[in-house]
Amino acid sequence: MSAARPHLCLVDLGMGNLRSVERALRAAMGDDLARDIVVSGDPGAVRDAGLVVVPGQGAFGDCSLALQRHGGALARALTDHIERDGHFLGICLGLQALFEGSDEAPGRGGLGVFRGRVRRFQDGLRDADGARVKIPHMGWNQVSVSPAGAHRIDEGAWFYFVHSFHVVPDDRSLVAAESEHGERFVCAVAKGNLLGVQFHPEKSQRAGLTLLRRVLEAVP
Amino acid sequence: MTVARRLIPCLDVKNGRVVKGVQFVGLRDAGDPVDCARAYDRDGADEITFLDITATHEARDILLDVVARTADQVFVPLTVGGGIRARADVDAILRAGADKVSINSAAVKTPELVNEIADAYGRQALVVAIDARRRDAADPSKGWEVFTHGGRVNTGRDALAWADEMHRRGAGEILLTSMDRDGTGRGYDLELVRAVVERVAIPVIASGGVGTLAHLEEGLRPIARGGGGADAALAATIFHDGLHTLTEAKAFLRERGVPVRATTP
Repeated sequence: MSAARPHLCLVDLGMGNLRSVERALRAAMGDDLARDIVVSGDPGAVRDAGLVVVPGQGAFGDCSLALQRHGGALARALTDHIERDGHFLGICLGLQALFEGSDEAPGRGGLGVFRGRVRRFQDGLRDADGARVKIPHMGWNQVSVSPAGAHRIDEGAWFYFVHSFHVVPDDRSLVAAESEHGERFVCAVAKGNLLGVQFHPEKSQRAGLTLLRRVLEAVP
Repeated sequence: MTVARRLIPCLDVKNGRVVKGVQFVGLRDAGDPVDCARAYDRDGADEITFLDITATHEARDILLDVVARTADQVFVPLTVGGGIRARADVDAILRAGADKVSINSAAVKTPELVNEIADAYGRQALVVAIDARRRDAADPSKGWEVFTHGGRVNTGRDALAWADEMHRRGAGEILLTSMDRDGTGRGYDLELVRAVVERVAIPVIASGGVGTLAHLEEGLRPIARGGGGADAALAATIFHDGLHTLTEAKAFLRERGVPVRATTP
């Protein structure tokens, strides 16, 4: 059936919620875009993939450790794939891991594909009604799309978020979309065939499936 | 842009069937939780909650199958509550495809379970349900007590102190039900909702008493404007009985300035 297309590698960092992402990818594929999904933390599975998806929920420090397994071979396979402009989707921690480091785990590094850091939302902010801005940022929020994200993300679309940290890229041209939670923050970055999103397309109903479908459509 | 207030329909499930069928036009099987969840998803539910009221252990596998089939077709967060006593129960439910579990009596019996679940799966996966009743029905200044077992057992604990403890131990959200108002259709106990929202820094889901769309709006309206200040509203009857659709409820809320998610057409 789908043997002709290079597989999709769903990178298993041992950090949960893989099945949700797999289910959503299958639903977004339908029959016409069907391809094999290989769930694996093996660098070889990343190397041969047509599309690499790195999901992730949990702590940055654990994610950093998981990437350094196999003597750093998984991290190298991912950065090689990205440097070749391979098709790549990072979700939540899979976005954060592209940066140099995070305030969540100061001694631990990310992949360092992009310059910049992952920072925590400011504490103690209040909204216009005086209600406290809660951390984690949990629930549905709207995005404002930048040129880098325009072909994949719809302006004003609602996505489901669960996070306390957000990326701050040095290079503003990477910004694909922003959202607001007490402060404005970057919720998606894009470069070539790479897209990283802070929200969870797998839990964002039709808006999420639409985004996944656009990512899948671009993969040969 | 701001995070939307959420509407969460709740389905009571027993032996794999919805206890009180959903009166929806065009539903194939009003008693099938998967069909009901799909219908709510299409209608714009921001999350869906299953409350399992099955008594027997054997029926647990039926529930897990329902959760898995729902997760295959519904792509909004799914919470499952009822009958969770130990970490193994949590593990099975999350692995079947739920995003969060909701615990109530087990947290009262073993508060350390809250820390254990939060450490293992993250706070975002844990909702602690609190059933609260006024000490004096006419006087909210006397406070509220925590009840378990569907309101039959008074734990003697103060609801606000309990909410605070649950937050500190690792609850990601509080599902707050007023036992005084549940099933009455008279609206939320707004004093209770406000008191808990002001006490804890995590999201509060208001429940119990919704009979009209105006009640939903009161619960979600900011405290500074006289509302309950809740982050989300859980409701059953108002949606199950076909009194109102979620689409209608959201339009009503939007017109009154409550930020709600628009559903992608």
